[in-house]
Amino acid sequence: MMNKQQTKNLNEVRAMIQRHKLNDYIFSIIGLLCLMVGLITLLTLFIDLILQGYPKLLSLSFYTDFPSRRASSAGLLSALVGSSLVMLVTFLSAVPMGVMAAIYLEEYAPKNWFSDLIEINVSNLAAVPSIIYGLLALGLFVYILDLGQSIVTAGLTLGLLILPVVIVATRESIRSIPIAIREAAYAVGATKWQVVYDHVIKYSFGGILTGVIIGMARAIGETAPIITIGALTFIAFLPPSPVTTTAPFLNFEWLSSGFTVLPIQMFSWLSRPSEAFHVNAAAAGVIIILVTLIMNGFAIRMRYKMRKNIKW
Amino acid sequence: MNYQFTKYSSIAGLVASLFALPTMAVAAEKIVKIDGSSTVYPITEAVAEEFQKATKTKVTVGVSGTGGGFKKFCRGETDVQNASRPILQKEIDACKEAGVQFIELPVAYDALTVVINPQNDFATKMTAAELKKLWEPAAQGKVKTWNQVNAAWPNTPVKLYGPGADSGTFDYFTEAIVGKAKSSRGDFTASEDDNVLVKGVVGDKGALGYFGYAYYEENQDKLTAVAIIEKAGKPAVLPSKATIEDGSYQPLARPIFIYVNATAAAFKPEVKAFVNYYLENGKPLIEEVKYVALPAKEQKAVIAHWKALKPGSGFGGKSEVGVKIEELLARIK
Repeated sequence: MMNKQQTKNLNEVRAMIQRHKLNDYIFSIIGLLCLMVGLITLLTLFIDLILQGYPKLLSLSFYTDFPSRRASSAGLLSALVGSSLVMLVTFLSAVPMGVMAAIYLEEYAPKNWFSDLIEINVSNLAAVPSIIYGLLALGLFVYILDLGQSIVTAGLTLGLLILPVVIVATRESIRSIPIAIREAAYAVGATKWQVVYDHVIKYSFGGILTGVIIGMARAIGETAPIITIGALTFIAFLPPSPVTTTAPFLNFEWLSSGFTVLPIQMFSWLSRPSEAFHVNAAAAGVIIILVTLIMNGFAIRMRYKMRKNIKW
Repeated sequence: MNYQFTKYSSIAGLVASLFALPTMAVAAEKIVKIDGSSTVYPITEAVAEEFQKATKTKVTVGVSGTGGGFKKFCRGETDVQNASRPILQKEIDACKEAGVQFIELPVAYDALTVVINPQNDFATKMTAAELKKLWEPAAQGKVKTWNQVNAAWPNTPVKLYGPGADSGTFDYFTEAIVGKAKSSRGDFTASEDDNVLVKGVVGDKGALGYFGYAYYEENQDKLTAVAIIEKAGKPAVLPSKATIEDGSYQPLARPIFIYVNATAAAFKPEVKAFVNYYLENGKPLIEEVKYVALPAKEQKAVIAHWKALKPGSGFGGKSEVGVKIEELLARIK
């Protein structure tokens, strides 16, 4: 009697396990399908762009020529240089500010309503449409600060745009460090700054870097704020070189130079009547996606390497 | 500790210098700055490219649209303004307030081209009145089939494609066809990107759309241009170089302009050289980018007007359809 009951129970349990395993399996299939939808869409788009743009992608002159009215001799050079210089300014302005703000918020700020307010604001800022930053920058940088429609204006605008991303990523990364690490450092007599510099920043560096690079990858594809502040479409010369051969070896004139960037160049080609320009646009699209992929790949690799080096 | 301090202070210094330096480094370099309409852009780009090759003077061209460009132009930020329509009264006022005088120069013609799907074999000729019936605001939600426009045409649905309301093309078309700028029915597929309009008309049997001639020229094999009858009794005219030059393609042929800052024209030799180059060597470039260059006589009048550096607009702040260029220039005293 007892035995029968037990067998019955056991069978019920087995059936239940089977059912749950089936559920697991079904969920993993659904999850995989969801992943595929995103992946296949991106891949189709990317392959389509490559197929359309490959004649241009393979020709070296595409990367060394200035824009032109003839699709065959139009190249990406001014857009490539423009994008790189703008990104440099974005990096130099957003990263130190963002990382320091995050360290302050996590390690120094007292937990009161004011820091709560800042926190809510920062998270909100991350969701503000980029065109709003463009309008702000047009008023602030271009007219009030009189920086003109220049590389420095564009760089600072995109810097503002990715600042919340950098702050949020840095905070997340700092938060993942166990409190025990800090306590251990304090226990051997470290000051707050020593704890922050020698432990907190070092251990969270991988995460910070990921946030920074993801922010930069977002910035490089932005068009709306850059158009708002007045990027050019045709510019067939390069800004003055940042490095010179004579003392003081650094030249800051490039900051006030006009510029164009990759997405604007692509957009301009796409709106041309002639089909040949659409090939150029597709090739420019491939370059933008590649740059973004490389940056993201680099972020993942750095994070992995940093994680491996941390031994607690 | 000391090392850390130097490292961070150097970063801080670098950031500070980013903010401080550009203001003092505003270059005295000679650059011709141009902005404005996307319609005129291809011509100006071609001229800029050749001019830069020939003289090594730097030229930049932006595409802020005619309206956005005039804002910059009237603040004195640009030397030359591309415009697909004449300057408006409020823009004249803005320029005046900032002390910016301008020289108005028609540089080429564009033909707004009405296109239909090649499978459409009945609406290959349309009168301006029929176009008005189709596009006027009163048609909204009512005129839905071709036979409502002309009883001889079949009872099949009509689908409309046109540029968005911010475009100078839209302004000119509504002015020329409906009689009032910006007055159009709202229930059509609007896009600022003319390639979208091309794709729309190509893929839709009952479609009709309008855009600049260059987009038709590039897609001739996939689209049919509608011959326009200005008014009853006049012949049906297709857009082409010849019909624009002799003035028979009416009312949809429009002049396009550049506006030159008069102070820059007088005191900046590079701006003067650029405009000279534009007017004297522009013809083959204009044709290469599929616009229609001014006939020789009109071109001569424009050059004379430019050499005399006469500021002002012949339109008096209003848009106008079908005005002759020589007459226009003569109005500016």
